[in-house]
Amino acid sequence: MTDRLRGPLPWLIVAALLPLVLGPYHVALFGYIFIAALVTLGIVLLTGVTGLISFGQAAFVGIGAYTTAYLTTTLAMSPWLTLPVAVVLTAGAAAVIGAVTLRMSGHFLAIASLAWGISIYFLVGNLPYFGGFNGLSGIPALTLFGIDLRGETAMYYVILSFLAASIWAVLNLLDSRVGRAIRSIRHGAALAESVGADPARLKIAVFVIAAALAALAGWLYAHHQRFVNPTPFGIHMGIEYLFMAVIGGVSSVWGAVIGALVVTLMKQALEDLLPSLLGQSGNFEIVVFGVLMLLVLQHARQGLWPWLIERTGVRRAPSRVAADPMPAIRAKPEPGEAILRIDRVRKSFGGLAAVDELSFRAEAGRVLGLLGPNGAGKSTMFNLISGVLPVSSGEIRFLDRRIDRERSRVLAAQGMARTFQHVKLVPSMTVLENAALGAHLRGRHGLLRAALRLDRAEEARLLAEAAYQLERVGLFAQRDELAGNLPLGQQRILEIARALASDPVLLLLDEPAAGLRYKEKQALARLLMRLRDDGVTVLLVEHDMDFILGIADRLVVMHYGRKLADGAPREVQANADVQLAYLGAD
Amino acid sequence: MVEVVLARTEALRVCYGRVAALHDVSVTIREGQIVTVVGANGAGKTTLLCALMGLLPHTGRIEFPQWPTAALTVGERIRAGVCLVPETRDLFGTMPVEDNLRLGGFSRRRDKAYSASRTLEEVYTLFPRLKERRRQSANTLSGGERQMLALGRALMAKPKLLMLDEPSLGLAPLVTKEIIAAIAGLRDRNVSILLIEQNARAALAVADYAYVMETGTVTLEGPADAVARDQRVVESYLGARRREDPAVAPAPQDRPAAEERTATTSSIGDRRFAAPVRQGRAGQGSVA
Amino acid sequence: MGPIMDLTIFGFLVQDGLTTGAVYILLAVSLVMVFTVTRIVLVPQGEFVAFATLTLAGLERGDAPGLAWLLVAAGVLAFVMDLSAARRRGSRRGIAAAAVLFLAVPAVLAAVALYGIGASTPLAAKIAVTCAMVVALGPILYRVAFQPMAAASPLYLLIAAIALHFVLVGAGLYLFGPEGVRTSPLLDGSTEVLSMPVSVQTLLILAASLGLNLALFAFFGFTLQGKALRATAVNRRGAELVGVSADYAGQLTFALAAAIGALSGVLIGPVTTIYYDSGFLLGLKGFVGAIIGGLAAYPAAAVGALLVGLLEAFSSFWASAYKEVIVFTLIVPVLLWRSLAHVAVEEDHD
Repeated sequence: MTDRLRGPLPWLIVAALLPLVLGPYHVALFGYIFIAALVTLGIVLLTGVTGLISFGQAAFVGIGAYTTAYLTTTLAMSPWLTLPVAVVLTAGAAAVIGAVTLRMSGHFLAIASLAWGISIYFLVGNLPYFGGFNGLSGIPALTLFGIDLRGETAMYYVILSFLAASIWAVLNLLDSRVGRAIRSIRHGAALAESVGADPARLKIAVFVIAAALAALAGWLYAHHQRFVNPTPFGIHMGIEYLFMAVIGGVSSVWGAVIGALVVTLMKQALEDLLPSLLGQSGNFEIVVFGVLMLLVLQHARQGLWPWLIERTGVRRAPSRVAADPMPAIRAKPEPGEAILRIDRVRKSFGGLAAVDELSFRAEAGRVLGLLGPNGAGKSTMFNLISGVLPVSSGEIRFLDRRIDRERSRVLAAQGMARTFQHVKLVPSMTVLENAALGAHLRGRHGLLRAALRLDRAEEARLLAEAAYQLERVGLFAQRDELAGNLPLGQQRILEIARALASDPVLLLLDEPAAGLRYKEKQALARLLMRLRDDGVTVLLVEHDMDFILGIADRLVVMHYGRKLADGAPREVQANADVQLAYLGAD
Repeated sequence: MVEVVLARTEALRVCYGRVAALHDVSVTIREGQIVTVVGANGAGKTTLLCALMGLLPHTGRIEFPQWPTAALTVGERIRAGVCLVPETRDLFGTMPVEDNLRLGGFSRRRDKAYSASRTLEEVYTLFPRLKERRRQSANTLSGGERQMLALGRALMAKPKLLMLDEPSLGLAPLVTKEIIAAIAGLRDRNVSILLIEQNARAALAVADYAYVMETGTVTLEGPADAVARDQRVVESYLGARRREDPAVAPAPQDRPAAEERTATTSSIGDRRFAAPVRQGRAGQGSVA
Repeated sequence: MGPIMDLTIFGFLVQDGLTTGAVYILLAVSLVMVFTVTRIVLVPQGEFVAFATLTLAGLERGDAPGLAWLLVAAGVLAFVMDLSAARRRGSRRGIAAAAVLFLAVPAVLAAVALYGIGASTPLAAKIAVTCAMVVALGPILYRVAFQPMAAASPLYLLIAAIALHFVLVGAGLYLFGPEGVRTSPLLDGSTEVLSMPVSVQTLLILAASLGLNLALFAFFGFTLQGKALRATAVNRRGAELVGVSADYAGQLTFALAAAIGALSGVLIGPVTTIYYDSGFLLGLKGFVGAIIGGLAAYPAAAVGALLVGLLEAFSSFWASAYKEVIVFTLIVPVLLWRSLAHVAVEEDHD
């Protein structure tokens, strides 16, 4: 926590001292840079963290700016009262737009954002109450406890305070239970769903937060400039904010500040330079920006910040575990009780039955292996159980509840945890954070408490739980490494730790041995046997018979979607049909 | 018979990020042969095919001595007569069967000696089922028909070297037989084949030469019949009796004694028979 | 209290809407085509239109066409990029083709445009030269801007498309200046349809749009190249394995998109004043049409674009100041309807 602030603190001091060395013009300019950084911060959350793109952030800035401009000039409201109004109004607009567009895949939001960016620009420009394209002037300066904050230096400090507070809040948010879920969205909604998070709602939440930051920026802009017209909120500005984020480094909060700084300063310089160079006036700097963007996209899609970080070599201190793990949340069923019943389940894809009238049961405290050659329908069966696919017919019951139409998220809440055949981790999060993602449903604090750092007691326990599970699977020593840097074998084991962190009744493993080297398979086998001895119920889908034989208490063998054999490993192994299926035609 | 080398790799190495999927792989494919590569899932067989096709960046050498140009692009390899039928088939699902086939001849469209309709008839003769379904879209086909279409599409480019990745994947035994027979028939039409198969027994039965791959390296090579008789291969891939590995299964009391079990396995990941092979770089196992 | 509508005005508005709608159809179809084959949202589509109109107007006035210089410069850049790519992989194959496509063709076209066009040159020749230059620009832009990052996610490709749009708009301002232009009418006179006067030009635009749509339909339905592009859209890797490289597909698609853009520019020039930056809104309106059609289906996109044209015509009659607002706000209910009609399809990024 103090580590987190040690890096940025000197820079904050530098920023605070800037007005002492800069002239008024540049102090004002830095004010605008920091306002742009606020908007870009929202884009980092939206694009870099969540993987959504919006060109319409400038329109949200405009809503914020016009709200305060209108209310302070026409109704003479206090700016401090218009701030919440501006933020709530913008957030509301974003919630509506988000609800409409975020359900669609990525590019729809981006394109829709172009459209609403243009609409809002022309709408504001044509509404007489807002002064048309001439805008509104005479916006009052801010005052605080009777102190007049008129002038660029006072406003600079106001803007800097809001920016610092926003960055602090965003960093807090990302470093929390909800933050981890948000960071997982980009790596496939299936992952977020599997730990019980609702990716659709989280996306809207991020979108609303980004809009709120834009509204704050707009409010500051209005009182900094003391005059608003539609131009700075048009679509080209919206695109420019996105450029700032991409050039600065869209995956980091600090990339927002760097991007705003670099782009704004460069734009200033080019606006002075280009017309004299070309002998024409016009906004030719967009050509330079366009070329620069293309070069960044083609050669350094990560932007400037990761490049800078590489050169400074900042290291993180090892994490400490300073709390007890979470208490168990569920009563475990008696060993031997049938907790999962598959009854005549069928799933067909366009006439082809991938799973055909399959029935079997999984019993508590046992390891059930679902086995079959490649293409036998095991993965489809796995997806049916884990709620990724709906069944075509038949019934699946989990703990006596019918689940064959339930979504993964609901199943996670009922005590089903899973791993993925193609490992799904958040590579940019640490091993510990990835494991803690699994404990998502065991915490309750939301976005606001996280942003204000009121979630620390619960957060410590969630991390302790994650650390406990890492210890259990033998990855504790690697807890501070980035998950993306682990070898595949350890990534698979990390997925198991993540699943265990949810305190599951049933653990579903999808081909956990696929692609593993021999030593890694051995380690995985030992781990699974240890978990079985702890009484964990496991359903294991695998095509590697050797791997499964030593672990499973019972085997169900599938072939062409049907059940070929069901029984103790030794019986199944001796089964002539099974041998044939595995060896193919002689 | 003069042995013409169609393709050869030397000290081939392919990395995914920091992980080496192939290291030091040297294989040779000669004209008129079916060469098979046997190995567990994740041994690097698919990676080998993709590297040969030019789909992956690699170090080491890939040579096509008949076409003495280095660094062919994918398109140039196809025009030179190298075709890949991937495990995923990658058909054009929403397009009719015949369009899929005609697109197979895309690389030959400027070739004056090439006749698309004649080649199409040849493919239809080989797979009459495709002719029956010529107007159906590819994603309405059954698994076997899809594989036929994938093969047919590749044959439309008149390949000299056809690389097949798991052609029997997900197919019924009868269909597998049919496909394998078709593959054997291709050799007689002077199409050489590099075959990857999880059905090791079928692959070794039809192949002339075989390589065994484990975790990214070739651990054994030789004429297919000799490899098929090799004790280590028999144990690991062909499903004879074998001892249980104590590390994987320390059998609890309620389990059968390890010796009583018959392993029936298509693929394993252990390296028991790799030991003699790893003794040196030159010591690549050979049963020739 | 809006203006009063009568049958004559209604007729004119329909005519107006159909005319612009016919051009939007072309843009929508082109955007859908480019997106399905390359996953690029071709924001600069509108620049092809604007550049065509501006160049044609320049040729009519007898100005030296600035587009020629852009074409040559971008062509040289594309060739240099191909050359260095060839050096990296240690093979000179394809360089000859690149020299033709990126150096020779632009040079010849530029020479014709700069020195071969006089006051007595017939309009058809001017149109042909204009279209040829814009078409040649298409593959060059793909090579320079998108080919080096063709494997990137659609979102990055979209940002790149916007960046390219910025470059082209800036270049357009430099090359063509800030003044708006109209080209001379392609055909004069009017005729009567259902006892209402209809200008021949409107009929020509509708016929040209219909003809181009049919040509595209034939290209994608019956030629091997067209099928190859569709195959790329269906299965990128499968296409690569039959020898349809992503580079080939991208460049061919961009040539087609540029051709559609150029023709749209020729058609719209006589009826609308075009500025160097008009392309953006034109393209975006085509896009609204394409989105109404779902960004995938050609006929639906065309119907959507026609709707946009009609909506624009009628809203400019009743509330001209809010014309853009109405057109672009339309996208929200459309998206809402589509999002309710479709179950959210999950996309795995990276």
